[in-house]
Amino acid sequence: MTAIATLPTLTPKDLTSDQEVRWCPGCGDYSILAQMKKALAPLNFPREKTVFISGIGCSSRFPYYMNTYGFHTIHGRAPAFATGLKVSRPDLQVWVITGDGDGLSIGGNHLLHALRRNVELKIVLFNNEIYGLTKGQYSPTSRAGTKTKSSPGGSVESPLRPLSLALGAEATFVARTMDVDIKHLSETLKRAAEHKGSAFVEVYQNCVIFNDGVFDYVADKGTRADNALYLEHGKPLVFGKARDKGIRLNPSDLTVEVVPVKDGKTDGLLVHNESAPEPTLAGLLSRMVHPAMPECFGVLRAVRHPTFDEQVKQQHEQAVKSRGQGKLGQLFASEDVWTVNGK
Amino acid sequence: MAMNVLEKPTVDLPQATIGFCGDSGDGMQLVGTEFANVSAGLGNDISTLPDFPAEIRAPAGTLAGVSGFQLQFSRNEIYTPGDKLNALVAMNPAALKKYVPDLEPGGILIANRDAFTEGDLRKAGETENPLDNNSLSAYRLISVPMTTLTREAVAGNGLSTREADRCKNFFALGLVYWLYERSPDQTLRWIKDKFAKKASLQAANIAALKAGFNYGETTELLPVHYRIGKADLPPGTYRKITGNAAVALGLVTAAGRAGKALFYAGYPITPASDILHALAELRHYAVTTVQAEDEIAAIAMALGASFGGSIGVTATSGPGICLKSEGIGLGVMTELPCVIVDVQRGGPSTGLPTKTEQADLLQALFGRNGECPLAIVAPNSPGDCFTMAMEAVRIAVRFMTPVILLSDGYLANGAEPWMIPDVNSLPPISVKHPTEPNGGYNGTAHFLPYLRDERLVRPWAIPGTPGLEHRIGGLEKEDVTGNVNYEPENHEHMVRTRAQKISNIANEIPPLEVAGPTEGDLLVIGWGGTYGSIRTAVQKAQGRGLRVAQAHLRYLNPMPKNTGDVLRRYKRVLVPELNGGQLCLLLRAAFLVDAVSFSKVQGKPFLVNELEARIDEIVKS
Repeated sequence: MTAIATLPTLTPKDLTSDQEVRWCPGCGDYSILAQMKKALAPLNFPREKTVFISGIGCSSRFPYYMNTYGFHTIHGRAPAFATGLKVSRPDLQVWVITGDGDGLSIGGNHLLHALRRNVELKIVLFNNEIYGLTKGQYSPTSRAGTKTKSSPGGSVESPLRPLSLALGAEATFVARTMDVDIKHLSETLKRAAEHKGSAFVEVYQNCVIFNDGVFDYVADKGTRADNALYLEHGKPLVFGKARDKGIRLNPSDLTVEVVPVKDGKTDGLLVHNESAPEPTLAGLLSRMVHPAMPECFGVLRAVRHPTFDEQVKQQHEQAVKSRGQGKLGQLFASEDVWTVNGK
Repeated sequence: MAMNVLEKPTVDLPQATIGFCGDSGDGMQLVGTEFANVSAGLGNDISTLPDFPAEIRAPAGTLAGVSGFQLQFSRNEIYTPGDKLNALVAMNPAALKKYVPDLEPGGILIANRDAFTEGDLRKAGETENPLDNNSLSAYRLISVPMTTLTREAVAGNGLSTREADRCKNFFALGLVYWLYERSPDQTLRWIKDKFAKKASLQAANIAALKAGFNYGETTELLPVHYRIGKADLPPGTYRKITGNAAVALGLVTAAGRAGKALFYAGYPITPASDILHALAELRHYAVTTVQAEDEIAAIAMALGASFGGSIGVTATSGPGICLKSEGIGLGVMTELPCVIVDVQRGGPSTGLPTKTEQADLLQALFGRNGECPLAIVAPNSPGDCFTMAMEAVRIAVRFMTPVILLSDGYLANGAEPWMIPDVNSLPPISVKHPTEPNGGYNGTAHFLPYLRDERLVRPWAIPGTPGLEHRIGGLEKEDVTGNVNYEPENHEHMVRTRAQKISNIANEIPPLEVAGPTEGDLLVIGWGGTYGSIRTAVQKAQGRGLRVAQAHLRYLNPMPKNTGDVLRRYKRVLVPELNGGQLCLLLRAAFLVDAVSFSKVQGKPFLVNELEARIDEIVKS
């Protein structure tokens, strides 16, 4: 047997920058940072071709802690910086790190269009349902009634559902995970890394200082099984400590409802399909909110459509094919020219 | 067709200024442009001033819907589209009302009498017909039933009445061709080409053009026609160019000379959209265009591309610069090369989208939070837009900075002959990306993203380069290492360093030149698109023996090193500007000279005569 040359493999340590991490002790961001490194290292994509682009917020300090290329940009605009980078440098793997304020308030427009264009970006939205860095204002994902310094009477706004928004923007990869389920988190990030197209991952992240415990119903291992529905492609939707609850579509009004599952019989339950061409099922799943329904975790949608960056590249190649590679000398004489002779 | 222009006597003129005006749907831009093209092709120097409303199609026949095209053509070198019109073609009462004040006394006024019906007069706010009530007696009125004659000329081609009427712009063009002794042949070729797939329209427009030409030949109302001979332009190959087209060409050429891909992101905005359109056509070059979802996304995309090693560019107008300011600030803070083109228009706010102004200078200098310096350049003519676009790219990559190029609506849409350069004679732009770490600490080699050279410029290390992994961002950073740092002395050091880096650009730009006496009674100094008007006015003043000189700034930040010296050599300094006095304010502050502002904010260029009058006033006082 011939000796097999081993490629140098990345370790999470290789991906660790020399900067002191400044998040609050107990912040969910530490877990996301650790799992990002654990997810990326085995994929062995060159570190020098990996770029993390962020906006503004606690989430957005992330690039400083990754030993890759990084760009800490301005509030809400990371998807646009990332689009410019990815389209001009399709060889790079580009991540966008954002939060519920950065990505859905000021940045809603850019997020929408990056997803709609299907630019190959891996967008990770740290949803802590609060503005952490500016010290505790409510955010577009805060539940109605949330009392904060800027909403002392309780928020009177309906929160956005990030996954529903992403699906509405035609995102080709949509997933939810959480900071404390570290195995699920790193697997979800790995799938996002591998997706060809825009990948949107919502991470339930605990802000220990300003919104502590908002996700306890799924973060606590004791209540997780009854409140979280883990999606698996091709498998019926079953949850509960005893795996005794399932999700069924009520055909008379197209709502989803919880039904008992006896003796493991899953007939009549919805079966998950990540790659359904229409995101109808994914949309229904994205609207399931605690306490009325369990909340879905995993990949809601993963489809392959032409990406913006590859189509731009194709148009270039097509143009060169039909018009020949452009030469500077030919550029000027596209209008009528005339010559003036010296006397 | 046999063109017999020798039957009526010809009068030689050094130049002529004409205007075409009508309703937005009357095709005045088209025939004005065509006349300009033909004149340039015949060897005249030309300068154009299109003037159209912001709305796509205001109600037909109203003042709001009037569209005009003015041009001067000459056998001498000219720098403006002319002050007063020698001849005006007016296709309806509203157009006549708007533009007749620009016609010189005794000027030729050709009006389409068929468009002066009661209904048309009412839409223009007229109670009487000016063609009949002697109110136009100051001019040589040629009242032509153009619509009728056009319908007759195009009959037999199967056109509807509406289609037939749309050919009357070519009738008008033919008539003016005769009047100024231009052969219609080039336009006949153009019509054949443009309407190649529509035989009936092709034939009709040709017939209309010829009918207009013949009308000129035969009407007793025009006893002479005029010849404007070839201009003595420097030998070379020329094309007609507008400022926007020149910006696009300059950007592509600069990127090409630098061996770099050009990445352009833009959001449609009047009057800059043509730059996006022009670059979008160049997919067979190393040019990528993205129509961004908004102005802010456009600057973000451009900077993202610059981070990746492309030349990132975006273009907009005043309102877009406002929106981009935070993004531009990030470019300054992260010291990335980037070009932002501002095709200025009347402001503030939405302002006058299709009218020219130059009131964004202070915004370009100061419109960002904090001490946020960047380089600013400003072309002075449509052709100079090419040169300064190249300069903007050169400075951006040479000094790792955003550069704002200040153009304006007049330059963007105005046209002049432009000598096509030999690409290989254009200066190359040298770009080097590091491949090795440039320092180390804690015992290992590191890349230090803010380790500066003697000009205070940081290295442009791009993603994909192994070993140079680093992070940049908008927070204040420690010099050299780039680590986030809030220390008081470091911040002051960084603010001063970023400012000094921009000042250092002055070591690599040409000195300010003066046209005229090197010292004297008055220096007239301007910037941007006012160059032509100022030059013409100063030359005329010099011709009358006044000790007046002209200087024109093409580098606004930093200014050339000798600017203060130049200013101090004159007794008085006059600063004509299409704004409230922005350059004047800067010159007074920077050089402690008692510069005087001549401010005009009417959405129109300076007239030569109003500058001359002001020059006279100052010199004589």
